[in-house]
Amino acid sequence: MKFLCVECDRQMTFEERQLPGDGTLAAAFRCPKCGRAVALLTNPMETQLVSSLGVKIGGATVPAEPLQTIRSMVATGRDAAFADGGERATGNLPSWSAEAQDRLSRVPGFVRGMVKKIYADYAKERGIGEITPAVMDAARAELGLEEM
Amino acid sequence: MPLNIRTYHELTEPDRSGLGEQIATQRRRLAARLAAVGRVIVVMSGKGGVGKSFVTAHLARALARAGRAVGVLDADLNGPTVAGLLEAGTARLVVGEDAVLPATGSDGVRLVSMAQLLADGQPLAFKGPPAESFVWRGAAEAGAVRELLADVAWGPLDVLLLDLPPGMQRFLELCDILPAPPAVLTVTIPTPESHDAVRRALHAAQERGSPLLGVVENMVGGPFAGTAGADLAGEFGIPVLARIPWHPTPDTWHLLATRL
Repeated sequence: MKFLCVECDRQMTFEERQLPGDGTLAAAFRCPKCGRAVALLTNPMETQLVSSLGVKIGGATVPAEPLQTIRSMVATGRDAAFADGGERATGNLPSWSAEAQDRLSRVPGFVRGMVKKIYADYAKERGIGEITPAVMDAARAELGLEEM
Repeated sequence: MPLNIRTYHELTEPDRSGLGEQIATQRRRLAARLAAVGRVIVVMSGKGGVGKSFVTAHLARALARAGRAVGVLDADLNGPTVAGLLEAGTARLVVGEDAVLPATGSDGVRLVSMAQLLADGQPLAFKGPPAESFVWRGAAEAGAVRELLADVAWGPLDVLLLDLPPGMQRFLELCDILPAPPAVLTVTIPTPESHDAVRRALHAAQERGSPLLGVVENMVGGPFAGTAGADLAGEFGIPVLARIPWHPTPDTWHLLATRL
């Protein structure tokens, strides 16, 4: 997928991705010459088609977790399918506020371990000591975790 | 006057959406994971109900008993049965740092199946907009098969058997996913109806450049009359590797394993 600024005859560069939370997606591209920005808006079906390929428009910001597409997309997964629940300690893990733990507990067991690891890695990489709902919201927006 | 718009291929800068590079990364990851696998063999048939999973499970066990390192991927996502046949249908999968460890089934066969991931009695259903789900469901299933190949720490294997659902769709997906067209082991029953369906599948495999290993004729000596195994072998110039009776013995499977 490429975007061309026809007036400048220049390929546009990816600027940012937004996930409003209704299954749609917005991806902005900008012309490096004239600065004009255009947004690609996908409907839920188109968004799902891209997600089904295990890719993200604009690129993935973090490496994919094992079986990430399966764990994030399967609606009928078994709660106890995975043995460790994602508790793969790597040292200096951030703590979880009570509100964040409560929110995490509402994530289906099939995907909870992976979601927990993604949030923990996000916080750790940014030097965040405690994961709160606000941190989770920021991670969701920044990493494009619409399906989680 | 029409605008002067260059085509996709005329734009020589990298794909700024990042999709192409992500797909390439997926392919590299899969190729690296399978680098220690000696041989990938798909067990397929154009016909349903001929015993592909039964043959896969027993062949895997026979190979393992003969000292081979064997893995089985149940690529029948909607009707996964081979894990149950290998007595690991509800085994929990351990998640490592960058891969999931396969379960260990009968005779030490390593396997992964959607049966291990789905809630009891539930079909494979995906999250997403329900309207016109046919548009993306095929991509989601192909993506799931890719992940089951690339995100599982298979380790060094002599053989990785892929148990396919009936029809050709999954085989064609695998030809796109795998670094090279997989070797094909075809299962049929003796009937003319099975012959017709399997013949089409073999032609498709041949057109994709897959090595055709041979035919396994299953359910021989029962109510299904015919000569499908011999006919297919003659037409495609491949061997009949085994004729499996209704009540096969361990020797039946051992003989098949020695012929692969």
